[in-house]
Amino acid sequence: MLETRETHGPSSTETASRAAPYPATDATEQEPDDVARDKQLKRDEILGILSRHDGNRGGLISILDAIQAKHGYLSADALKVVADETGRSLTDIYGVATFYKSFSLKPRGKHLCSVCTGTACHVRGAPIIAQEFERQLGTSAGEMTADKEFTLETVNCLGACALGPIVVVDGHYFSNVDSARVKRVIKKTRAGLDKVEIKGDKRVFPITVSCSRCNHSLMEPGHLIDGAPSIRVTVSFEWKHGWLRLSSLYGSYTLESEYKIPVDTVLDFFCPHCHADLKGASDCPNCGAPMVSMIVQNGGIAQICSRRGCKGHMLDLDGGGF
Amino acid sequence: MITLQINGLEVAVEEGTTLLEAARFLGFPIPTLCHMDGLSPYGACRLCVVEIGEGPRAKLVSSCTYPAQDGLKVRTASSRVVRARKMVLELLLASCPQSKTIQDLASAHNVHRQRFRQEYEDCILCGLCVRMCEEQMMAKAIGFRGRGQTRSIGTPFDIKSEECRLCGGCMYVCPACQLRCTYTEPEKAVCGGCANVSPPCVEKEQFDDMMCYMTPCVACEIEK
Ligand code: SF4
Ligand code: SF4
Ligand code: SF4
Ligand code: FES
Ligand code: FES
Ligand SMILES: [Zn+2]
Ligand SMILES: [Zn+2]
Repeated sequence: MLETRETHGPSSTETASRAAPYPATDATEQEPDDVARDKQLKRDEILGILSRHDGNRGGLISILDAIQAKHGYLSADALKVVADETGRSLTDIYGVATFYKSFSLKPRGKHLCSVCTGTACHVRGAPIIAQEFERQLGTSAGEMTADKEFTLETVNCLGACALGPIVVVDGHYFSNVDSARVKRVIKKTRAGLDKVEIKGDKRVFPITVSCSRCNHSLMEPGHLIDGAPSIRVTVSFEWKHGWLRLSSLYGSYTLESEYKIPVDTVLDFFCPHCHADLKGASDCPNCGAPMVSMIVQNGGIAQICSRRGCKGHMLDLDGGGF
Repeated sequence: MITLQINGLEVAVEEGTTLLEAARFLGFPIPTLCHMDGLSPYGACRLCVVEIGEGPRAKLVSSCTYPAQDGLKVRTASSRVVRARKMVLELLLASCPQSKTIQDLASAHNVHRQRFRQEYEDCILCGLCVRMCEEQMMAKAIGFRGRGQTRSIGTPFDIKSEECRLCGGCMYVCPACQLRCTYTEPEKAVCGGCANVSPPCVEKEQFDDMMCYMTPCVACEIEK
């Protein structure tokens, strides 16, 4: 006990200097140039994000979300900038950042691998798949691999229960995963998922989709758009709630809707049958808005950006075809 | 003015009065743990439950957060209320048996044992310290972190807070920290550690299991 008493003094000053929110100017000057530049760059990025959320007091979660999408995680510095700029207390921001599982305060690996352990996937054997990932990657859920390549996490529902067990790697869906396929998922990711995906395909072809939660068909054969059966979903924005019909031609952006939707509005998409939120697990590669996922008949997942006017979309036929 | 009935007695109170305040005004005792005058109601401990409504629609609510309503019929000590309170006390004893506050409350309600798995939590998440720090000290140095099993109280990133004023208010109100703590009456202190106030925001790492955040005192560190 005596020892701890004696070390108390010096160690507390050490903590104090480590904890100072902003290093004194002379400390900054000693930093290597590129570190300082990197810090400034990150700060500017955050300021940019904040200016887009200006005047929106309830927007803390989307601010943190946008920062995490840019930086991969929420650093202490980032949270401090947010606190300073928004006038909120760091304590509150930290409380929110640690409350939601989707926020990470630790740096994350190059690839984010989310294994769904939600109810539907759980009963189809997700725990075994999670264990297999842990074994193959040599890390545990919530952690990054030593080579900084992968961060493994378990999540509670990725919004495609009908195709479970689901694993999402960097926004690409792998459906009906079993432990034998875990190795291939990892191998594919290492080889580069972008090489095998069909993202941004210019060809135009019709797809048949169903709700990713209840598997009910979203097609409306009686209502044609672009000469093909349309896809009907429910959308809501700014207190408005109504139907939206999309062209089922993949690559076409024709749509009809009950209300006029201003360009750039981010919509919430719902299944007209089970009313589930169709928001998927990934963000639009073009604009960062949440992607909406739907199951494509014959396997795979189609994702479209939820922002009106944005042309972000992905067609993931089982993570690029098994 | 709002007129309501508490245990059969009519009382008129101002709009915004809580059931707890109204009952106390009439002299009906309601035990509380996470409530403190001067801090906003939080409704965390559920010790202050009362029964409102009648017949099959009667329900239990926390009186410290429930606003008085016209014509409401409130019972502060029905058998259902007493049963619920005893259960809350058993649960509190199960998580933090070393707290003097909880022990006293339990014995006042004739609760002498608890039937759950015994744990020794340092904190029952009553939020008194957080509200003290925010509402009386205007510091906001500490807050809730995480959720569920891993919810805890502390400073962002667990490092010394720039905002903390070292007032000791958080420790003073903490019901989990009062086994030996006699902070206001130093002459009765077991350890005298309280003379060297060094609150949560300073350093807690050395003594993970201590009852309050004061260092260097570890008189109350629990053996697990
Ligand atoms: S000692 Fe610090 S953390 Fe505790 S109430 Fe005072 S200012 Fe807040
Ligand atoms: S530290 Fe004490 S006052 Fe604060 S929430 Fe926990 S039990 Fe309540
Ligand atoms: S650490 Fe010291 S001051 Fe705090 S409860 Fe224990 S004896 Fe009391
Ligand atoms: S439970 Fe796994 S996607 Fe819903
Ligand atoms: S005193 Fe009302 S819930 Fe704790
Ligand atoms: Zn559905
Ligand atoms: Zn987009």
